[in-house]
Amino acid sequence: MGALLQYLVTGVGIGCGYALVGSGLVVIHRVTRVVNFAQGAFAVVAALTVSTLLTAGLPHGAAESLAVLLAGVVGLITGAVAIGRPGTTPQAALVVTLGLGVFAYAVEILAWGDQPRSFGGVPGSVPLGDARLQSHYLLIIGVTAVVLAGLALLFARTDVGRALTATAANPYAARVVGIGVTRMGLIAFALGGMLGGLAGVLLTPVHQVSFDSDVVLVVNGFAAAILGNLSRPVLTLVGGLLLGVVEVLVAGYLNSSYQTEVALVFMLAVLIVRAGRHPAAVEAS
Amino acid sequence: MTSAADPVVEVDDLTVRYGAAVALDGVALRLHAGEMVAIIGPNGAGKSTLVNAICGLLKPAAGRIAVRGRTALVPEGRQLFAPLSVDDNLRLGAWRRRDRDTSQVYHLLPELVPLRHRRAGLLSGGEQQMVAFGRALMARPDVLVIDEMSLGLAPLIIDTLAGHLRRRHAADGLAVLLIEQNARLALDLCTRGYVLEAGRVVAEGTSAELADSPAVADAYLGAA
Repeated sequence: MGALLQYLVTGVGIGCGYALVGSGLVVIHRVTRVVNFAQGAFAVVAALTVSTLLTAGLPHGAAESLAVLLAGVVGLITGAVAIGRPGTTPQAALVVTLGLGVFAYAVEILAWGDQPRSFGGVPGSVPLGDARLQSHYLLIIGVTAVVLAGLALLFARTDVGRALTATAANPYAARVVGIGVTRMGLIAFALGGMLGGLAGVLLTPVHQVSFDSDVVLVVNGFAAAILGNLSRPVLTLVGGLLLGVVEVLVAGYLNSSYQTEVALVFMLAVLIVRAGRHPAAVEAS
Repeated sequence: MTSAADPVVEVDDLTVRYGAAVALDGVALRLHAGEMVAIIGPNGAGKSTLVNAICGLLKPAAGRIAVRGRTALVPEGRQLFAPLSVDDNLRLGAWRRRDRDTSQVYHLLPELVPLRHRRAGLLSGGEQQMVAFGRALMARPDVLVIDEMSLGLAPLIIDTLAGHLRRRHAADGLAVLLIEQNARLALDLCTRGYVLEAGRVVAEGTSAELADSPAVADAYLGAA
């Protein structure tokens, strides 16, 4: 029983990371219709930056915050390259983000080498019944809850959030009222960068990171987001948590090397169920 | 201050192309301060292209567009932000301005008050057109451009909208450029008009002149 509770908390913690990556994908996709394959790279850049900043003597908190901001800037640059040129189709932009994700490998290897890195998180554990819950997972869960709630408030209660939703819903009407559609896309990419960066910063203490860790993150984030059709934030959170828990249970009770396969099977299952429900939509596409 | 004689919208020799197709071909148009002008013409004549160009939403291939003051567009098909509330739709109408207080528009369009928190996408066509009108007013425009005000709406709603439009025109001196399928309504509301066919202005004049012209009467007023 204690082991199960520990697995659950670990799974929810990991799932929060996936949900953050997935939320970044959703924010970007809703506003720009672009599936951003560089999303995992934001996490890797932020995580590697934290390791450098901590080595340089910056305290925890400051290092992580700076790295998340840097990931936001990287997101902004990715957006500028992918959608900055007017008339770029979402499909073309998708390929650009894929290219930028691969380009990021080169930059990361030059700057940080190809060896995995890690850094300490919140030490210690909290006893609960006969289980001991690692404090860092509780931190991941708490920070994710606060950040996603803040994101929901941003979209519901601020004019920038309304303008982002408006651009997602009707880009022509957004232009009619004077909203800069490209500018909104860049804001979405910057938000996506910060969400991805946060995932990397939070997960690295429990899961070391190297230049190619983006694949696991983007596959799981994408699987989480696909549950919500790349446009529903709450379903993305549900998808992320589900993936995290199932993967940790599979690793705990079966074999730890099946982690990515779980995400891929989950994604396939969602797509097959959805295709079964809308056969016409599949034929049309 | 602009006097009534100054044009607030001047269009000269405007040409717009979509690829190889010519949508507008050498169009000239004047709208003076405090004036209400109609543009009538069949589907595909280039009316929407003309207003989109005037509102800066598409780039002309050639010609000159000069606008004094702020324009706001009530686009064809309403084009509301469907997932947002009526109030949020109105707020975004003032996106270019700092003051986004919606109370003035509820005062001017009291029909919107009970709809305030409803999702725009769930409203009826007439309610949506009222929201689109209010959203445009939120920009505090000098020139209001309306693309198909009455299309698909019930006569009662059209009367209400036309009444609001007349009041804003009379009270605020709002200049209005009105595109209308319903030529009778357009010439009734406006003092002057242009007839656009196949991307060219084929007739212009006062509403009385246009109504008396046999060509306009035959094609657009359904005169017997």
